[in-house]
Amino acid sequence: MRRVLLLAGLLALGHALPAAAQPDGRALYLEGCATCHGDDARGRPGQAPSLRRAGAQAASFYLNTGRMPLADPHDEPTRSSPAYPARERRALIAYLGSLGGPPVPTVHPGDGDLARGQELFTSHCAGCHQVVAKGGVVPGAVAPSLQQATPTQIAEAVRIGPHLMPAFPERQIDQRELDSIARYVLSTRNPPDRGGWGIGNLGPIPEGMIAWLLAGAAILLVLRLLGERAEP
Amino acid sequence: MKRLLRALVVVLLFWRRDRGGEGDLPVEEGGPEEGRPIRRDVGARPRAEGLVAALLVASAAASVALVVVLFTGAGTQWLGLTLGLAFGLLGAALALAASALVPREQAIEERPGLAHPEAQPPVEERLRSPREGVSRRRLLGAAGAVAGTSLAAAVAAPLTSLGPAVGNSIVDTPWRRGRRLVGEDGRPLLAEDVPSTSFVTAFPEGADRRELGSPVVVVREDPATLRLPRERRDWAPEGILAYSKICTHAGCALALYRRPLYEPTSEPPGIACPCHYSVFDPRTGGTVMAGPAGRELPQLPLEIGPGRELLAGGGFSGPIGPSWWAVRHT
Repeated sequence: MRRVLLLAGLLALGHALPAAAQPDGRALYLEGCATCHGDDARGRPGQAPSLRRAGAQAASFYLNTGRMPLADPHDEPTRSSPAYPARERRALIAYLGSLGGPPVPTVHPGDGDLARGQELFTSHCAGCHQVVAKGGVVPGAVAPSLQQATPTQIAEAVRIGPHLMPAFPERQIDQRELDSIARYVLSTRNPPDRGGWGIGNLGPIPEGMIAWLLAGAAILLVLRLLGERAEP
Repeated sequence: MKRLLRALVVVLLFWRRDRGGEGDLPVEEGGPEEGRPIRRDVGARPRAEGLVAALLVASAAASVALVVVLFTGAGTQWLGLTLGLAFGLLGAALALAASALVPREQAIEERPGLAHPEAQPPVEERLRSPREGVSRRRLLGAAGAVAGTSLAAAVAAPLTSLGPAVGNSIVDTPWRRGRRLVGEDGRPLLAEDVPSTSFVTAFPEGADRRELGSPVVVVREDPATLRLPRERRDWAPEGILAYSKICTHAGCALALYRRPLYEPTSEPPGIACPCHYSVFDPRTGGTVMAGPAGRELPQLPLEIGPGRELLAGGGFSGPIGPSWWAVRHT
């Protein structure tokens, strides 16, 4: 009982503290982002784009997936652990959201239709991310695996079009279709198991290669046995 | 098909006659000394012989089954099974023939000079002339030929899947001046339907979508960045451009659109093919930026109609589809 009380007390303290020392989004921005994006967030030519109308949507995506800040503006932003703790990220997102632009999109994978999601994913996304959503390559960039992306991050990427990815506005992929796509991507993490050796659900080409390798080894073995028998 | 069946029947008949005739052959004893031809026992085993022929015929049947499966579309598993059986049975027949029918001894036969040289031609004649029925060599030869031709036919049959001849369809596409572009949902495509951040696939209104010349990719670029050839200056109203969706390298559908979020620190936009990563530049009229494609992507001139709908301004700038010997460079 005492332990529970202690825990509750700590939790209450944890909730009370941030109100007292709320991180300042603008200060964090000037410290970590302004070098490239400029003090007024209008960007610097040839270095970084303006964040004036990027909105909380882009800020949330880039900060929560650890894609920003970048060491070099010419680097390809890739997924890593976030550079800021969650509270500071919230403050930064709130600050950048206050500069205008779209809010963080909402997405409800539960409302989506899995079959339609696969259809849409195949026609819009699978060319780069592969139909199993494990990523691939495009000329000039790496299409990341979507296995770690949260539904919100999937929705953000669809609307923003990070790096070299096309952005899909509401007119092309509406809210319900977005829900379906998110549902499909989530379903690729636990694909239906039809038995046999899945080799990580990598797709038909690796499966075929494995089959050829195994068959080749079997044929070599048979040839070897035949050769041994033929010796006098 | 009929001929194949007839060949099968003939082989089966020969086989029976051969087996039946074997017992009636007079066994000639003796040797060269007596002036009689010797009968050499090379391990003829009628059962093994029949088995080899049966295996060859079964292999031929599996090949025929493959063709049947291919054209009835019963499924790839059955294709694999029948092809595997055809090869497997052929292999088994060869293995059995090698072990049971071919003499394995090495012998040099003494051959004394002929006492009566004038008797040689009739003997040769007799040796060459066919006996009653069919010799083993001919039986197995015929069965092997049936198995071989059936297998060759079965392996060649999928060639029909290569599709109909393209004929004139690569030059004469459904696109005409004034023909409306429709989206995948069949509704006319408006200029506003083309976002600047992604690409749209469109088709000629009322035409067969599966025709090679039908699908186009439509993108929107900032008009200030366009560097189209001079004669195509009017082909991109408001910076909206249309290109054939069929890659000029191997004919895949262009499904990737590289669209930089911030161009100065990444790459310029490009329409890319997922098969071999050919990238075409939408700003310069579809020239090849990277990859194995040998010629530029054919561009479709566009116009904007009174209702803001997109219309074709004519046909493509060049032949569509993959390159071949006559269309390597334009």
